[in-house]
Amino acid sequence: MRFDTPATTNPIDQLKVVGKPTDRIDGRHKTSGTAHYAYERHDVVPDQAYGFVLGAAIAKGQVAAMHLEEAKTAPGVVAIVTTLDMPRLERGMMNAAYLFGGPVIQHYHQAIAVVVAETFEQARAAAYLIRVDYEPEAGKFDLAAEAPNAPLVGDDSGEGSSGPPEVRVGDFEGAFAAAEIKLDESYTTPDESHAMMEPHATIAAWDGDQLTLWTSNQMIAWGKRSIAKILGIPAQKVRLDSPYIGGGFGAKLFIRADAVLAALGAKAAQRPVKLALARPLIANNTTHRPATMQRIRIGANPDGIITAIAHESTSGNLADGKPETAVSQTRLLYAGANRLMAMRLAPLDLPEGNAMRAPGEAPGMMVLEVAIDEMAEKLGLDPVQFRILNDTQIDPENPDRRFSHRDLVGCLRLGAERFGWDQRNPQPTQVRDGHWLVGMGVAAGFRNNLLTKSAARVRLDREGVVTVETDMTDIGTGSYTIIAQTAAEMMGVALDKVVVRLGDSSFPASAGSGGQWGANNATAGVYAACVKLREAVVQQLGFNSADAVFSGGDVRSGNRSVLLADAASAGDLVAEDLIEYGNLAKTHQQSTFAAHFVEVGVDAATGEVRVRRMLAVCAAGRILNPKSARSQVIGAMTMGVGAALMEELAVDKRRGFFVNHDLAGYEVPVHADIPHQDVIFLDEVDPMSSPMKAKGVAELGICGVGAAVANAVYHATGIRVRDYPITLDKLIDRLPEAV
Amino acid sequence: MAHPSELNVNRREVIAGAGACAAVAAAPLPAGAQRSRVETPVLTQVSFNVNGQLHTLEIDTRTTLLDALREHLHLTGTKKGCDHGQCGACTVLVDGRRINSCLTLAVMHQGDTVTTIEGLGTPDNLHPMQAAFIKHDGYQCGYCTPGQICSGVAVLDEIKAGIPSHVTADLTGSVQLSEAEIRERMSGNICRCGAYSNIVEAMTEVAEKQG
Repeated sequence: MRFDTPATTNPIDQLKVVGKPTDRIDGRHKTSGTAHYAYERHDVVPDQAYGFVLGAAIAKGQVAAMHLEEAKTAPGVVAIVTTLDMPRLERGMMNAAYLFGGPVIQHYHQAIAVVVAETFEQARAAAYLIRVDYEPEAGKFDLAAEAPNAPLVGDDSGEGSSGPPEVRVGDFEGAFAAAEIKLDESYTTPDESHAMMEPHATIAAWDGDQLTLWTSNQMIAWGKRSIAKILGIPAQKVRLDSPYIGGGFGAKLFIRADAVLAALGAKAAQRPVKLALARPLIANNTTHRPATMQRIRIGANPDGIITAIAHESTSGNLADGKPETAVSQTRLLYAGANRLMAMRLAPLDLPEGNAMRAPGEAPGMMVLEVAIDEMAEKLGLDPVQFRILNDTQIDPENPDRRFSHRDLVGCLRLGAERFGWDQRNPQPTQVRDGHWLVGMGVAAGFRNNLLTKSAARVRLDREGVVTVETDMTDIGTGSYTIIAQTAAEMMGVALDKVVVRLGDSSFPASAGSGGQWGANNATAGVYAACVKLREAVVQQLGFNSADAVFSGGDVRSGNRSVLLADAASAGDLVAEDLIEYGNLAKTHQQSTFAAHFVEVGVDAATGEVRVRRMLAVCAAGRILNPKSARSQVIGAMTMGVGAALMEELAVDKRRGFFVNHDLAGYEVPVHADIPHQDVIFLDEVDPMSSPMKAKGVAELGICGVGAAVANAVYHATGIRVRDYPITLDKLIDRLPEAV
Repeated sequence: MAHPSELNVNRREVIAGAGACAAVAAAPLPAGAQRSRVETPVLTQVSFNVNGQLHTLEIDTRTTLLDALREHLHLTGTKKGCDHGQCGACTVLVDGRRINSCLTLAVMHQGDTVTTIEGLGTPDNLHPMQAAFIKHDGYQCGYCTPGQICSGVAVLDEIKAGIPSHVTADLTGSVQLSEAEIRERMSGNICRCGAYSNIVEAMTEVAEKQG
C-alpha cells in the first residue's frame, strides 16, 4: 500500500480497540518469568556451550601476540577464537568501529577473543588466562582539547535528526549584532551510556552453512544483512530471532560483538554457543551517546521576538563515526529570520559514539531549552510566553513547507494550567519548604516523526483467530499490543482473537524499533496487510467489498451476516503487504511536540537536587494505546532526569576509556529519584503521517526534560549550571545563604 | 545471612567501593605475572528447595545461585543484568527474604527454600503483585520485572514486619506504608525503562488490598 495522500476515514477511526488504554498482551509472560530473552533459549537448540568475550586493555594500538597455552588447556575449554586468527572483518550497517579481526585496536574493550567452554565458569576462568602483548599508541581522548581543530561535518543520525555542516538563513551575524537583547552562552553535555538492563546476548548455531542467531536486536532486517556482511556469507543463510528484548535505547540497533563472536565461536566449537557481554564490557565495547560542546546565540527585540538564532555543536567520534546532531531541532523549533546552525566533529579514539534515545535532539534540547530560559529572563518574559511568542507553523529554512500538524502552543498552555505555573514567582530563590529551595522549570519538547516502510503478514484461520507476523520488535515499547489492537480493529475481532508473532527474520521486514518510528509505521504495515486480508475475506464470502463491515467477529453486508471464521473454513486465508510512503514527509514537516514541567527541591545546605513533580503534555498524533504510550513517556522523562542530574561516562583522558563502566559507577535514576509522573496527550490526529494517523512518542518524552530540570534548579537556587550533569558539587559553593 | 535491615544500605554509599573494584577487575594483568594453573573444577553436591520442589545439584563451587537457577534448573525468569549486585534483576526470595542471587554462591544454600518469579505465580494463575504490575503497566521491556516483583513482595512484608528503612522517621514505632518507604526500599532494583512511577502504584494497590 502506498501512502501518498492524507488519510481519510478508515476502519481504525472506529476506535473500538485502538486508542483504548490496554494492558500489554505479553504482560502475563513478562511478569511471570515466562518471556524468554536471548540468553535464555534453552529449548531452541541442544548442546549449547558457553562463550566469554575478552576485551582489549588498551585504547589504541596493536595486539602483538596472544599467549593461549594456559587458556587452551584449562578445564572445559572447547575452542578459542582470537582477533589474530583472521583479518579484520567487514563492518555491518552503521558500525563506525570494526567489531573483530586483525591486530588493530581502535578503542578500549574492543573484543579480542572469545573462549568457548562447557560451562560459564570455565569459559570465564580460561578467558583471564589469556596473556596479551600490546603495542599501545598515543590516542586522542579529550574532546575539549580537540574541539578547536574540529572541522565542520554534517550528517544524518539516521533517526530523524540531521544537518549539513553549516546552515545559514538570512544574515545571522548582522542581525545578532543589531539585536537589542542578546544571549551568547556555551554548554556541555557528557558521554552517556544506554545501560539497558539486558546485556547484549546471542545464542548462535550453525546447521551446515545456515546460521541462526537467537539474539537481542532492535532492527532485525538490518541485523540479518549486517551479520551476513560481517561474516561474508549470503544473507539468505542467516536467521535472526528476537521475540523479547530487554531494553535497547539504540544500543541494539546494530549488530555488535556478541552476535559476531557467538557465530565465530560456534563455528570453531562446532556446536551452538551462547554468550552475553559482561556488564563491565558494555560501556566501552559497544556504543554510547557522544559528549557535546555547544554554543547558542540568540538575539531578540525588546518585545521578545527572536531576530537571530545560532546553534553550534562539537562532538567527537572514531574516524568513520558521525557527529551528534545536536543542532537539528533548532532548525525547526522557533521562528527567527536570521539563522546559523553548524556541527563540528573531532576525531577521537574513544569507543564508538552512536544513536541513543533521540540522538541529536536529546542533548540538543538539553541545551537549547536552557538558553531559551536564559533569554526569557533577559527579556523579562515568562518562559512559557516567550516560547509561544516565537512559535512557527512553517519550516523556518523553507517558508513554503508547513508542519503537518503542530500544537506546541497547546502543550505549553495546557501544561502551564495543569502544573499551576501561574503560582510561580518569576524571581529565583524565593520559595522555601523547610530546608529545601524550591523551583519550577519548563521546557519545550521536540522530536521528528519519521516515515519508513514496514511489512506484515496476517492469517485468518477457521477458529476466527488472526495471526500477525512481522519482524517488528518490542523493546518495551508495547509493539505486541498495538499491533494486536490494529489487527483487532481492522478485522472486527476481540483482542484475544489476535496472535502476534514478532522479531523473526523469516517474517516480513518491518520498520523495526528506532527513531520513535516503530509504532506508527509497524501498525500501518499491519493495517495494509489487513486491508488485503479483508479483501480476501470479502471475496471468499462473495460480498461486495465496498459496504462490508467487519465487527464483533462477523462480516456484514446489507442484510447478510457471516462469521468471519467461515471465510477460512476451507483453509487459512493469508495476506501480506507493506506500507510505503510518497512525499508527504517532504512537502510537510512531520514532528512531535511536548511541554515539560518540573518542580525540584534543592537542599539549601548540601545542594542535593530532588525532583518533586513532573508533567509532560504531548502532541504526537493519535495515541494507539494510551497506557503503554504513557509508560514510554514516563520512562523517557526518567532518563531525562538521569541526563540532567547524574549520568556521565567519566573519561580517563590518559588511558582513553570510560572509567565508570558498570551500573554502580554509571548512575542512572532509581526508584528514590523519581516522583509520581503525570502525562497528558492532546487529543489529535495527523492524517499526513499514515492511515493510523499516529506519530512517535517514545523519544519525544526525553527531549527537553533535562532542560526543564536544569531550569527548575536555576529557579530554586539562582545558579545556572551549563555543564551537565547538575551534580551537587556544581552548586554547593554558590548556594544562597542559609536562612 | 544478613538481616534485611542491614541490606538497606543507601545505593549511593556503596557506589565508591563497587566502582573501584570493577575498575581493578578490568585492568590488564601485568605481563609475565605468575599464575597458578586452573585446577579441575571442584564440584559439590547441594540440595535446596526451589518453588516447592527439592533439587539436588552437582555443581561447580564457583556457580552463583543465579546461574544455578538459570543454567541448571532452567528457571530463567530470574534475570542477569549485571552479575555484580548492582541492578537487582536477579532478586529472589531465600527463606522469605529478598537477596541478589548473583552475589551468592549456590553451595551456600544447602537446605534453603528459594522462591523465584516462577514460584510466585504463573501466566494463568498470577500472584496479586504480578497482576498489579500488568494493570498499572509497571514494566516495559520486562527484563528487570521479575526482580522488581520479587522485591515488591518482600518489601511489603518488611514494612509489615516493622523493619525500618533510611526514610523511616521513627525507628522505634511501627513502620507506615508510604510511597517514600516503597521508593527507598525498591531503589536496589533498577528499571532503565523508567517504570518507577507505575511500579509504586502497583505496589500501593497490592498493599492496600492486603490491608
